[in-house]
Amino acid sequence: MSLIVENLSCARGGRTLFTGLSLRADPGAFIALRGPNGAGKSTLLRALAGLSPSRGSIRWGETSLAEDADAYQEKLLYAGHLDAVKPALTVDENLSFWAELHDGSAEALESAMARFRLKALASIPAGQCSAGQKRRLGLARLVVTERPVWLLDEPTVSLDAESARDFAGTVSAHCAAGGVVIAATHIELGVEGGRELWLDRFAAVPAKDGLEAADDPFLDPAFERENIT
Amino acid sequence: MKAVFLRDLRLAFRLGGGAGQSLAFFLIAITLLALGVGPAPDLLSRLAPGALWVFALLACLLSLDRLFQADYEDGSLDHLLLAPTPLEGVALAKSAAHWLTTAAPLALFAPVLGAMLNLPDAAMGTLVTALLLGTPALSLIGAIGAALTVGVRRGGLLLSLLVLPLYLPTLIFGAMAVRAAAEGLPVLEPLALLGALTLGCAALGPFAAAAALRINLS
Amino acid sequence: MNNSIWTFANPHNFMRLSGVVAPWAAALAAITLAIGLGWSLFATPPDYQQKETIKIFFIHVPAAMMAVNIYAVMVIASLIGLIRSHPVSHLVAKAAAPIGAAFTLVAIITGALWGQPMWGAWWVWDARLTSVLILLFFYLGYLALWNAIEDPVKAADLASILCLVGSLFAFMSRYAVEFWNTLHQGASLSLDKESHVADVYYAPLLVMILGVYLLFIALLMVGVRTEIRARRLRALRIAQIGQADAALTRTAAAGNPASAQ
Repeated sequence: MSLIVENLSCARGGRTLFTGLSLRADPGAFIALRGPNGAGKSTLLRALAGLSPSRGSIRWGETSLAEDADAYQEKLLYAGHLDAVKPALTVDENLSFWAELHDGSAEALESAMARFRLKALASIPAGQCSAGQKRRLGLARLVVTERPVWLLDEPTVSLDAESARDFAGTVSAHCAAGGVVIAATHIELGVEGGRELWLDRFAAVPAKDGLEAADDPFLDPAFERENIT
Repeated sequence: MKAVFLRDLRLAFRLGGGAGQSLAFFLIAITLLALGVGPAPDLLSRLAPGALWVFALLACLLSLDRLFQADYEDGSLDHLLLAPTPLEGVALAKSAAHWLTTAAPLALFAPVLGAMLNLPDAAMGTLVTALLLGTPALSLIGAIGAALTVGVRRGGLLLSLLVLPLYLPTLIFGAMAVRAAAEGLPVLEPLALLGALTLGCAALGPFAAAAALRINLS
Repeated sequence: MNNSIWTFANPHNFMRLSGVVAPWAAALAAITLAIGLGWSLFATPPDYQQKETIKIFFIHVPAAMMAVNIYAVMVIASLIGLIRSHPVSHLVAKAAAPIGAAFTLVAIITGALWGQPMWGAWWVWDARLTSVLILLFFYLGYLALWNAIEDPVKAADLASILCLVGSLFAFMSRYAVEFWNTLHQGASLSLDKESHVADVYYAPLLVMILGVYLLFIALLMVGVRTEIRARRLRALRIAQIGQADAALTRTAAAGNPASAQ
């Protein structure tokens, strides 16, 4: 199955960020989102997760986000730029909560702790962890449950070189197992066979009169045509 | 749902000792009332039913603003929305945890404060019953308000402006039951209305709260 | 579709329609209210029991009616706004709220003015007065939520949810308050009791009610027009920023071969 996106456009705060974006991610694909600040990388990831509204079609195989959001969302994992870590809970409790929420198995939990080198930290409150350790805890969620699509927003921020390399290995393994990874990142993750998607190619082009060919009814050209003020 | 419920309970006990702060607030408020109106026992006993309910309401309100906001700010709410548990279930579980850590202990502790306000002994049973029956509605309604204002920084005052008017029916029936008990009148009718209100809120609250959360996350 | 009522839910169609209707509604409201006030204040006899204070009632009753009816208008507009995502519908609810709050306040103040000579106190916790006061809180909460949220699209949906939930609770509060009031000595004289409306007062009262309805329509149109202008201004500003930003991005892209591919 593949992640298929057709003619997607997204807006944030009343402004269209990009339009006409189409992409197809077949099993094993790694797509790095590129583009300047404000191009809409985070918004695209949130839209692909079904968190932010978008226009166009997003589907995984036959499962469409618009038609059956729950079934579609069961195919993906999203890791935003926030770690979603509770400082008052221990590292172990944080990850166990996640596992329980997703019916993750005890073995998967165990191997996630090992893979992200969290075992030594298991019983300390997450609030006492460094930023990099918290990030590892946040990313460890990806391997507690098995979902084909990973949507990652700047996953390697605050990771040291070794952890970033480890993480690149985890991502490669996921792709090799037939998963799909879409990641917004400023640095090379070093994943084999990845491709880049430059979001600024889809930037909404303002029309020459200064108005975007707008979906916004308040920018209806009829206002100017009929001289309504 | 169980996982969310247990996590929220655990967080409530780690941060601020669970119900301790609400109980302390309740006690201080009663003391302020007595200091404000004077020590006359019959005056206090007449004020007691309403005052106990108003303070329970305020204690509940004051702990509401973090109900969803902490999860919103650290990104957990995104994950809860994407998780297999429906967001309505999450809202219900969080309301239940909120009730268990704020209002339920108040209800059990209320006879002590009732005694301090000279509330007749005959009304104590009704006081506890009414609080146990009525305060879940406060947490459930509060969840709607907390979900609406989750994206507003320093939304505490706004939250009280939104939520307190919604608390009026609960307050009216709750205080009425206790007052009726103190005067030796039948209490079944206000108690039944209070229970109905809580059931209605359990049906409505999680849906309204989840809808508001989805809008706020988009 | 062009003949459908929903075309007026489009901002520029609404502007065109309201540009014509609002002045007429305002003029009719002014005439009707002038007739109604003149008639009710100067051409009706004092009541045998309430003396001249009966005349407060010509303001109070229409205001109290509008207090409730405008909230109903907001509920309907919010519902349509939520279901059909019509921006103008949301703006109708938003523009109606301050008008409704003002009528509610007028109803409360005139109630208090009437109560002073009648009950000997400025404020009595009469079931009806209390219900109207509670309604004011719902209006204030609704307005506060709109003001607190930056993004108008989110604010519209959230305020609609509050309005719908609020309507259920306002309704419940109304009956709860009546229930609550029965435990007390009821006020012997109530302001709005129909039995007090003698025929001499009935006709001028109807004129006043018609007048406040027209006034509401005129104020609502003006209010929605203002909201539409504000939204258009905001959208134009954002588009302008977007344009400037796009120009900058193009300049930057010209110097960056990788993104020009």
